Amino acid sequence: MTGTVAAIGAGLAVVGAGIGIGLTGGRAMDAIARQPEAIGDIRANMILMAALVEGAALIAIILSFYG
Amino acid sequence: MRVVVRFFLQHFLLLAITFFSVQSLAQDAHSLRSTKSIVQAESDQDHSDQSGHDDHSDESGHHDNSVCGGHHDDHSTFNASATAFHHISDQNIFSIGWMHIPLPCILYVPGEGLDFFSSSKFNSDYHGNGTYAYKRYVLYGGQVRRITDEHFSKDLVDIGEHSVFAEEKTVDGKSKEDIYLCYNGEKILCESKSTLDFGLLGGGLTSFHDLSITKNVLTMLIIFGLLSWMFISIARSYKRREGMAPGGIQGFIEPIFQFIQEDVSKPFLGRRWETFQPFLMALFFFILALNLFGQIPFVGNPNVTGNLSVTMVLAVLAFIMTNINGNKHYWGHIFNMPGIPMAVKVIVTPVEIMGLFIKPLTLMLRLFGNISAGHMVVVIFVGLIFIFGESGAKPGAAWATSVGSILLTLFIMSIELLVAFIQAFVFTILTASYIGAAIEEHHDH
Repeated sequence: MTGTVAAIGAGLAVVGAGIGIGLTGGRAMDAIARQPEAIGDIRANMILMAALVEGAALIAIILSFYG
Repeated sequence: MRVVVRFFLQHFLLLAITFFSVQSLAQDAHSLRSTKSIVQAESDQDHSDQSGHDDHSDESGHHDNSVCGGHHDDHSTFNASATAFHHISDQNIFSIGWMHIPLPCILYVPGEGLDFFSSSKFNSDYHGNGTYAYKRYVLYGGQVRRITDEHFSKDLVDIGEHSVFAEEKTVDGKSKEDIYLCYNGEKILCESKSTLDFGLLGGGLTSFHDLSITKNVLTMLIIFGLLSWMFISIARSYKRREGMAPGGIQGFIEPIFQFIQEDVSKPFLGRRWETFQPFLMALFFFILALNLFGQIPFVGNPNVTGNLSVTMVLAVLAFIMTNINGNKHYWGHIFNMPGIPMAVKVIVTPVEIMGLFIKPLTLMLRLFGNISAGHMVVVIFVGLIFIFGESGAKPGAAWATSVGSILLTLFIMSIELLVAFIQAFVFTILTASYIGAAIEEHHDH
């Protein structure tokens, strides 16, 4: 039963990260469409932000191993 | 059009190879299962025969494991999560295809000294389980484990096949795996494997220290050699071909190198970028090479960057590099944030100090999580064949699942090639941004 609760927690963390990365990626696409010449800067910052969002989800998933 | 045909041919070849190897694996599991039931039946028969004359029981006792409970049956049912965790953990053997290459074991017990021997002493079987015990150590799933019984012989002892086995138990609602050795009808507990990843993947702090050249260590040595050779030869060719177009491997590395230099080092580190360039490049290419090496099918599949100990060292290096270069503005912003009232400082300072340690922690977990997950997903997709085929009992279902699972595996493996690059890049860019924040100069205060 504990395993199930941990799995639900991991799933919720992934939902959060999914929303975050989706927003990051979507807005980056908008920005690239508006300013195609800034694609390099936007891409680097997008990956950086996505990585930061993903970090929070990963901590939750790793913690769910202990659950 | 020719490109499409070539792409198709290459992938078809890959598909065919994977398909047949997975099939032979499934068949192997099937034959293993049937031989086991025959062996079981025979050993049961032996028992009834021996009831009349007890003088033989000592000889056959070595290999008679039925006394320790029917763990033979455990082998025939497929445990997906155990298989996945087994595949992502470090081992004392390096397997290329079906071949096990023994690696040196260096085991240190405080007070008893250092043991140095080859893991071929254990004479491991197909699954990496040893059939011999040596110096109170046994091999289970390619990993050295110490027998807890202090009176166990330190010589080479023939323990027979399938005598080391795992048993799952539930402690406080958490399932835990214990490894037992079955010898002379006795069930002896073995210690956990020796790791420093806080026991997260079943290891822990044990009475012995495993300093062996394991699969991961060997891989890191290979990558170290490969990268050194590559970069020294590239540096030479830059001297030799000065003013000319880059050639050979130089042409392959130069765009990647320049990408990191222009997109990571220069924007984040400002005018001091050249000081940190070697560190960032070393990080990037080391992680990238290890990530990619782990993706080569059938060649050991070392999960080096998916090992908490390795990523922890990398993160600690980034942490040290950031903090020894931190200037007074950086430390000022942590301990005494300028421009805010005292009451807010009481809240902000602890958060900033926590942030100091959370940064390397997330660096460590991100790389570990991404690479381990990639390795596990591949194993689980292949494991689907065993689940639906019921370990070879239903060959038809196994064949049918193979098709889907191979396509999914190929898809995941191509995604993983991308992830290998992205994670190396993310680790580098985050390290660069942390260092950049630490060395940033403020003129506006």
